[in-house]
Amino acid sequence: MNRFLLPLGVFIVLVIFLWMGLSLNPREVPSPLINKVAPTFRLPQLHDSAKTIGPEDLRGKVWLLNVWSSWCVTCRQEHPLLVELGRQNLVPIYGLNYKDNRDDGLALLKSSGDPYVLSAYDREGNVGIDWGVYGVPETFVIDKSGLIRHKFIGALTPEIIQSKLIPLIKELNGA
Amino acid sequence: MHSKLLFLVLLLLMPLVHAAPTVVTKDDPVLEKRVMDLSTHLRCLVCQNQTIADSNAELAVDLKNQVREKLRQGQSEQEILDYMVKRYGEFVLFSPLVKSTTWLLWFGPLLLLVVGLGVLFAVLRQRRKMMQRAPALSADDHARAASLLSGKEGEGHS
Repeated sequence: MNRFLLPLGVFIVLVIFLWMGLSLNPREVPSPLINKVAPTFRLPQLHDSAKTIGPEDLRGKVWLLNVWSSWCVTCRQEHPLLVELGRQNLVPIYGLNYKDNRDDGLALLKSSGDPYVLSAYDREGNVGIDWGVYGVPETFVIDKSGLIRHKFIGALTPEIIQSKLIPLIKELNGA
Repeated sequence: MHSKLLFLVLLLLMPLVHAAPTVVTKDDPVLEKRVMDLSTHLRCLVCQNQTIADSNAELAVDLKNQVREKLRQGQSEQEILDYMVKRYGEFVLFSPLVKSTTWLLWFGPLLLLVVGLGVLFAVLRQRRKMMQRAPALSADDHARAASLLSGKEGEGHS
């Protein structure tokens, strides 16, 4: 009897680890930028290439930076949620239009609604790399002092917005 | 006949058509070599088991361009790796750093080998002890074994 206990124990430990592995998402790489100062940039605005936008302009506010593109299907799924969130006026949403064609980006905002206060236009995707973006959409939460407090990888869902995003924004605004 | 020949020629030309876009004509082969060398140390985050050197995913191409740009600006290899780690985390390094949380990863296989050898030797020694403790055969046993082996003793289980 005893000599079966050891292999059985090893087997059970293995199953526990494999089971845990099933619920992990290898595509979600945690960002090292959390609680760090948001990387600075100065980009032309999507609507008006003569004007620029950068994180410095938003000091003292809690804001979202949503990385999006017109060619990104998941962004389109997420888009109505952002429009809805923008309507609630809980938090200003800024867009980072990532590796997009200016006209395509503008056309999408025109047809599906524009949840963004402003969108920065990152044609080459260099700002994206600076922010550690490896897929769109991604959404960063930046606090009043300019620190990145959270990064949502992939599309936001109603559940994530209700259970994580809104409480976090309330907490950051209260502090 | 003519059309067959033409077809054959076109067929033979096909690899050239395919190869043409992949030919890289960069002005600085030394820089290009450094870019490729450094790229083999960086993981492609959208195709995670590849380095950005192996991958043609859009992000990988962008990252290679960043590497090239930074090398051109005179940054060192280490500075660029540090930059990538700051942006994407240590996961971006293709071979994990050796530190306390990765010791098991690096030395686990060695540990398994040592444990395996230990078990092997323990089992072998135990087996030898059992052999020594086994009672010696008597003369009768030897005789019976000999007859069994020669097949003369027909009775039994066959």
